[in-house]
Amino acid sequence: MNDLMHVILLNDYNTRLVVGSTALLGMTAGVIGSFLLLRKRSLMGDALSHATLPGICLAFLVMSAAGLPGKSLPGLLLGALIFGMVGVGCVLLIRTHTRLKDDAAMGIVLSVFFGLGIALLGMIQDLPAGSAAGLESFIYGKTASMVWSDFLLIVAAAVGVLIATVLLFKELKVLCFDADFAGAQGWPVARLDFAMLALVAVVTVIGLQAVGLILIIALLIIPSAAARFWTDRMIVMLLLAGGFGAAAGWLGSSWSALATDLPAGAMIVLVAAGIFILSMILGSTRGVLVRGLQRWRLARTVAKQHLLRAMYEIVEQANRLTEPLLEWSELLAARSWSARLLRRHLRIAQRGGLIDRVGARSYRLTRAGTHAAARAVRNHRLWEMYLIAYADIAPSHVDRDADQIEHVLQPEMIERLEGLLSANVRNAATVPPSPHA
Amino acid sequence: MNATPESLLHVPPRPVSARVRPSAGKEHSKDSPLSIHDMTVAYHRRPVLWDVDLDIPEGRLVGIVGPNGAGKSTLIRACLDLVPKASGRVSIYGRPYREQRKLVGYVPQREAVDWDFPVSALDVVAMGLYGRIGWCLPVMKRHKRIALDALDRVGIAHLAHRQISQLSGGQQQRVFLARALAQDANLYFMDEPFAAVDAATEKAIVNILRELRGGRKTALVVHHDLQTVAEYFDWVILLNMRVVAVGPTADVFTPENLQKTYGGKLTLLDEAAQAMARRA
Repeated sequence: MNDLMHVILLNDYNTRLVVGSTALLGMTAGVIGSFLLLRKRSLMGDALSHATLPGICLAFLVMSAAGLPGKSLPGLLLGALIFGMVGVGCVLLIRTHTRLKDDAAMGIVLSVFFGLGIALLGMIQDLPAGSAAGLESFIYGKTASMVWSDFLLIVAAAVGVLIATVLLFKELKVLCFDADFAGAQGWPVARLDFAMLALVAVVTVIGLQAVGLILIIALLIIPSAAARFWTDRMIVMLLLAGGFGAAAGWLGSSWSALATDLPAGAMIVLVAAGIFILSMILGSTRGVLVRGLQRWRLARTVAKQHLLRAMYEIVEQANRLTEPLLEWSELLAARSWSARLLRRHLRIAQRGGLIDRVGARSYRLTRAGTHAAARAVRNHRLWEMYLIAYADIAPSHVDRDADQIEHVLQPEMIERLEGLLSANVRNAATVPPSPHA
Repeated sequence: MNATPESLLHVPPRPVSARVRPSAGKEHSKDSPLSIHDMTVAYHRRPVLWDVDLDIPEGRLVGIVGPNGAGKSTLIRACLDLVPKASGRVSIYGRPYREQRKLVGYVPQREAVDWDFPVSALDVVAMGLYGRIGWCLPVMKRHKRIALDALDRVGIAHLAHRQISQLSGGQQQRVFLARALAQDANLYFMDEPFAAVDAATEKAIVNILRELRGGRKTALVVHHDLQTVAEYFDWVILLNMRVVAVGPTADVFTPENLQKTYGGKLTLLDEAAQAMARRA
């Protein structure tokens, strides 16, 4: 418990540093990753991150050969950045000048560059000077070795990326939505694409230390994908993605600080995955649960209207408006529903105050129920008349077609129907006779 | 063209009509909204448009018709510098497109876009104003008002804040049209605006087009429904990789020209194109 509070309250300097860095990294990756997601280039981030490895190795070799300290971070990160962009350039070249598409091009670049990097790592290990153990940490991330200057680097990069995002928001928006239109308007599409990928490269490179090059793609994709389930507005999506990324960074590295043999990079990704799954299920705009709920509610409405309509029509046909008691057997015969289903619908309608149970097997529409039933029948018949008059569908077929649509008729559509059929529907409040009569 | 070995040495005389294109119309006018000079466009060495040469006068509604794969969309995209030209040039009011962007509006095909994108109808129309707003500056309230007016002109102002996937096909088309109208251009290129839209939207689009013509604007519209060409368009371009005919609808939209455009008299051209593609 003490440990937990220790970590949460960020008492430890190292923890503070790591949690702060990864939270900031997560936020930045979430924001820029949203553009990547919307531009449908998410995997480009993966090709980019894998392409950084040979850059890191070569930077080490160059700096060592030049007599500089081999593991100077800015130098290594510069090498990573350059080679990352070279990798992206290769993907674009392959795509433009051969018949290979994006997926093959990215797969080729990713694996070839990464293989080259592994080979170089092996070479470095054999060098007398080469304690390449440090370089390997860029593959999986090693937050334990982070110092104040690393944190500053992340802050600087985060600020730069966020400023660029704010300035170029609408340019990136139109690029992601409709690149052709943007090009026709005069926006330099290729250069904007390059700028966007450069921002991704910066985020990738600063994330190498924290989460490693294999997992940085997770921070680029997952928070923005999760954010998509909650909103239909782009600015909100960006804010949420930043928030989710920051949360993943913060919680993941805190968790890793508590259980010291779990690497921070992996924990961050697992937290992000958890956020994604929750969003997918619970997301207010596009979540699975919400959609399921909507469908279930619709099914209930449909069942209720079927029952009301059946009751109304039985009463109407036999002209029993003064003595509208309906027997169970009549109802069962009216539609093709099972006894169990009918019982359930009757119970629900009763609870909703639409029908009354009179005696053991008789039911009656309440006042509210009668109004609701009249409305349901009216909509159904309006739609049937429309289908017969305007869609040339035979009267014998319209019942089923009307059934599909009537439950989702909006008030505006009903008004339009009435307007169209005004010749046949004299009084707006009455229920027109059935076209089958 | 039966050839004996000796006659192979004799080069046949140059066909008389080689340099006279049917119904190419007048000479190129310096200030016409659209003037295409000898343009050829090829994808991977496969010719898609061959030797297109035409001149469109101001204030006309021009229909571009032809069979599938005839290069109609490519014609528009080449004029907008969206695809590279193998040869030839396009001038818009006498100058190249890149200098005249502000005068040109573009309504692309509906499938060109991912309608799941998190933007509202108003957002999309506001994109038409981005060029006017300039680099790095945000969209202000007055821009949104212009966008709303454009949506009103096409009759869907009440759908301004709806996310675009929740719109019907016809409404989506109107959003694209409103975006082009917001640009307040003089020359409009529209790629199949009538494809798969309901009758009400089709009427609305035709009314907008007629309004544009009333304001002395010019519109080039790729159209697929031959039955309505005579009713909607004053001029027509009959295209099948090359321009079969261009000019006023009454003069040019004849059964003979239609047969030439659709009727397979140009299949040799098709085969040559395929042969070039195979060798590429």
